Amino acid sequence: MSEMIATRDSYGKTLAELGKENDKIVVLDADLSGSTKTALFGKEFPERFFNAGIAECNMVSMAAGLAAGGMIPFASTFAVFAAGRAFEQIRQSLAYPKMNVKVVATHGGITVGEDGGSHQSVEDLAIMRSLPNMTVLCPADGPETAAAIRAVAAFDGPVYVRLGRGKVPVVFDNGCDFVIGRGATLRGGSDMTFITTGLMTAQALEAAAILEAEDISARVIHLGSIKPLDVDLVLQAARETGAIVTAEEHSVIGGLGGAVCEVLSEGFPVPVERVGLRDVFGQSGKADELLAHYGLTPAHLVEAAERVLKRK
Amino acid sequence: MLKEETVRELEQAARKLRVEILKMLNTASSGHTGGSLSAIDAMTALYFHKMRHDPSNPSWEDRDRFVLSKGHAAPALYACLAEAGYFPRDDLKTLRRLGSHLQGHPDMNKTPGVEVCTGSLGQGLSQAVGIAMASRLAGRSSRVYSLLGDGEVQEGQIWEAAMAAAHYGLSNLCVILDHNGLQIDGKVEEVMNVGPLGPKFLAFNWHVVEVDGHDMQAICKAYDHAEEVTDQPTLIIARTVKGKGVPFFEHKANYHGTPPSDDELNRALEHLGHA
Ligand SMILES: Cc1ncc(C[n+]2csc(CCOP(=O)(O)OP(=O)(O)O)c2C)c(N)n1
Ligand SMILES: [Mg+2]
Repeated sequence: MSEMIATRDSYGKTLAELGKENDKIVVLDADLSGSTKTALFGKEFPERFFNAGIAECNMVSMAAGLAAGGMIPFASTFAVFAAGRAFEQIRQSLAYPKMNVKVVATHGGITVGEDGGSHQSVEDLAIMRSLPNMTVLCPADGPETAAAIRAVAAFDGPVYVRLGRGKVPVVFDNGCDFVIGRGATLRGGSDMTFITTGLMTAQALEAAAILEAEDISARVIHLGSIKPLDVDLVLQAARETGAIVTAEEHSVIGGLGGAVCEVLSEGFPVPVERVGLRDVFGQSGKADELLAHYGLTPAHLVEAAERVLKRK
Repeated sequence: MLKEETVRELEQAARKLRVEILKMLNTASSGHTGGSLSAIDAMTALYFHKMRHDPSNPSWEDRDRFVLSKGHAAPALYACLAEAGYFPRDDLKTLRRLGSHLQGHPDMNKTPGVEVCTGSLGQGLSQAVGIAMASRLAGRSSRVYSLLGDGEVQEGQIWEAAMAAAHYGLSNLCVILDHNGLQIDGKVEEVMNVGPLGPKFLAFNWHVVEVDGHDMQAICKAYDHAEEVTDQPTLIIARTVKGKGVPFFEHKANYHGTPPSDDELNRALEHLGHA
């Protein structure tokens, strides 16, 4: 079993390191700094940490103002309140003017768990991806999160980063060289390809190992960058393996599955199965129970691979 | 004035509901303790004294309505609804479990007696305003109650709702502000000072009263008084203690979203006389 790290923990640590390296970095939160882990930064750099209170819309537009004033703001809260509640502030204050603000949302997806469907964002990747000028990232694990946050700090422009609540297995155990817009092939394979994001990448690696025992050679491509998408890598997988299964802890509408289908239908149509929430909201439960309930386990990925191979 | 006996009964009911809240949170091993305990007295007075409602007919048109705008205090709401008879008390053991009708935050489509879905702070008051407008349009005499957190009122939407409630002169709306002084990241005053709240609501043209939010007599008197106000919505600022009733949870921000451990539950029950 690989090491388990919560992506939000990597975020908090990396942010505190960046704070030392660059005094233009400022951090905002909306009364969730213990959960989003921005409190680590807040403790070390209280003069550059702003708690907006429970006022996410104001937080986002204040961040825009800080960026206009020359700072590099990171603004954090849960994904539902960032992408959801403050959507239009993100659109008008960040995306439209290409403002250099990083919205780093934690508690994305159903693994939020017991808080229930009101707190589980299953639509944030779709709505953030639909905005012109937005960069949208969804790292797989702790090391990739650390690398992504560094890449984002160095990048000039609005970015949405989706992180999770629970601990997830490390897949980038040899470190990660994160480049915005580039995907990573984590396992070679020739019969079909899993294209995954976030915590589903670890699940796909497990599924590929199960399939190997059935003599099915599955490739695993992780897309930590949902937008821009690594179009070449996706098309190459379609050409070389002829069948794709996408998987994400998100609705099958408009997120990774949607993005991959857009690319394939225009560039190289092949059979696709999308694994994700099938146009439903989540509910209360333990994270692993919810993953099983909504069909997001390695076993479900194996079934999806078998289905897509029949359609090849 | 309530009879002494009625006050005693309500206090007794609130103590019992505190026990239910602590037990269900302990069984769920997750959920919001502090804000459920600070709110339960005001909610007990509503469900077991003030509100006209019929647990055997949750959709009775002429019922008074309660909107828990600070939806994370769902355990307090579920304890009241179970005690009133909306569903079996045993269901409380399923809080936050997969498939349970008792979601982490109130869900109108799952739980009998829950009026609207809340959990995203700041939205419940607007929904309560809408319900009050609908009642008036339909010519119903029913009243609408809503409970807010003092951190919650940092949301801009609260002030949009406050503006609308006064603009439409919603005297059938009575809002209770659970003024426990704490939110998640610490003291409300220090995180983002939203005070002074009384003068702000007064300036928004509300009728404002302030009471000790753990004094049944005072709470009920404020509810009665609100019924006499014409043309204005009423805000009852209830001075409360987060974690009230369990000394080692009181005034502590870190018990906002932490359930009682087995040991803490036992000590709490002992304190509440229910060991
Ligand atoms: C829009 C929104 N932002 C953030 C949260 C997360 N959250 C849940 S409770 C809470 C603090 C609430 O403080 P307060 O309103 O004072 O409640 P109380 O002290 O009565 O528990 C926060 C920030 C939320 N539920 N909704
Ligand atoms: Mg409070």
